[in-house]
Amino acid sequence: MTAEIAVEITGLKKSFGPLDVLKGIDLTVRSGDVVCIIGPSGSGKSTMLRCVNLLEEPNAGKIVVNGVELTDPEVDVDAARRTIGMVFQGFNLFSHLSVLNNLTVAQRKVLRRSEEESQRVALHNLERVGLSDKVNAMPAQLSGGQQQRVAIARALSMNPSVMLFDEPTSALDPELVGDVLGVMRQLADEGMTMLVVTHEMQFAREVADRVLFMDGGYVVEEGPAEQVIGAPTHERTKSFLARVLNPNHLD
Amino acid sequence: MALSKRQRAQTFRIAQYGLLVVIVVVLALIADWGEIQRAFFRLDIAAGMFPNAITTALKNTIVYTALGFVFGLVVGLVLALMKLSPVPPYRWIATIYIEFFRGIPALLVFIAISFGVPLAFQIQFDIYSTVMLALGIVGAAYMAETIRAGIQAVPKGQIEAARSLGMSQGRTTLTVVIPQAFRIILPPLTNELIMLTKDSSLIYIIGLAREQYELTKFGRETLSRSVSLTPILVIGLCYLIITLPLGHLSRHLEKRTGGKKIDTPESTGV
Repeated sequence: MTAEIAVEITGLKKSFGPLDVLKGIDLTVRSGDVVCIIGPSGSGKSTMLRCVNLLEEPNAGKIVVNGVELTDPEVDVDAARRTIGMVFQGFNLFSHLSVLNNLTVAQRKVLRRSEEESQRVALHNLERVGLSDKVNAMPAQLSGGQQQRVAIARALSMNPSVMLFDEPTSALDPELVGDVLGVMRQLADEGMTMLVVTHEMQFAREVADRVLFMDGGYVVEEGPAEQVIGAPTHERTKSFLARVLNPNHLD
Repeated sequence: MALSKRQRAQTFRIAQYGLLVVIVVVLALIADWGEIQRAFFRLDIAAGMFPNAITTALKNTIVYTALGFVFGLVVGLVLALMKLSPVPPYRWIATIYIEFFRGIPALLVFIAISFGVPLAFQIQFDIYSTVMLALGIVGAAYMAETIRAGIQAVPKGQIEAARSLGMSQGRTTLTVVIPQAFRIILPPLTNELIMLTKDSSLIYIIGLAREQYELTKFGRETLSRSVSLTPILVIGLCYLIITLPLGHLSRHLEKRTGGKKIDTPESTGV
């Protein structure tokens, strides 16, 4: 347990107007860890994830990623974001660019890589997600699952040290979920540090080193996947899991 | 005899067609076709207008319009970005500009650029600069609102994706937002191009040499030398040569982009 710390969140608070969404979150993620965040909608789990790369500005608290304090007002946010990959629920591929250009545009404009190098990196990452044959396709020509895998490859092309996944399979048809989870599982096996907001309990159970259950802006329960999902101790965790794992069950 | 609802509707429709036919026939009968032909369809006069109608007038109309459109597009883009700026004075300036130039006749702008500005600043514009400035200034006011609506119609997720890849706000605007905004607003922009094509005729106000004639001036000049309104008809058709394909292009683009509606102030009545 001497691995270096990738993400450290302390006392994170966030509100939208009068609505307090995060009421004090503490979280430490070691390099190479896969942390899954589960919880009912409105519990603040997506907001928490979006604070980690400052897509949402925290109201209070401290966020340190790879030794850089993002909440320092003097920090270069754009530089910090380069090392943090983000995958969205709605894919958000650039609709006016081909798959290849989706993967190369930020490499060239942000990392100043050459055309050849950025293409080489892009092709390598497309291969990792199994979509080498879609290099020249436009996003609209791809299925949701393919778009999400391209989005993962796009994030990987920046060589991030941390990957954030915000409900990556929630907008997918059920039969396409498996491909995306497969890619994520492979990433986890390769040792990527991952924070995953998800409703896929099976995935969390098998892949996550740690699971967080959030509700009402707090982390209610935290621990190894087997413990949080398999044998939850808190009442709210139990009732949430009962409903998710057994949707037909009536209270 | 009681008619069913369907039969009543059918009878009513037949009556409408009948009325239409009667109106057309009556008009055709009372019209003096010989006089109409002398007034509008003198082939000899029409033939005499060519090739200058095309080689000078139509060409100049296209050149003047293109100059004004390009200049207006650039200014309009700057105004749109100013209007969306977090800096309040930028927004005020853009709003005042748009409201002012959208609210006055384009002819006034042409007069101001042709006569007022040279007097005030001791500079003399050639015809190309004049038409570019005057048409562009007016066009920018309209295009700014369209471009602003287009920028706002770009999904927020596209911006978040760009920012999360480390792009700065400026880089995001240039690389992601503006290219996508222009895709969205191509149909309304085409309509503004049609409008500018017609407004380019206002350049007559500065007094044109023969080789500078655009379509309307050329038509009026021919008209004053003939006893027939034929030149007006020819000129009208020449405008349609430009505007009909543009209108067609606009509808085609609208279909291609899925007819996505964006709310410009015109369409929402704001």
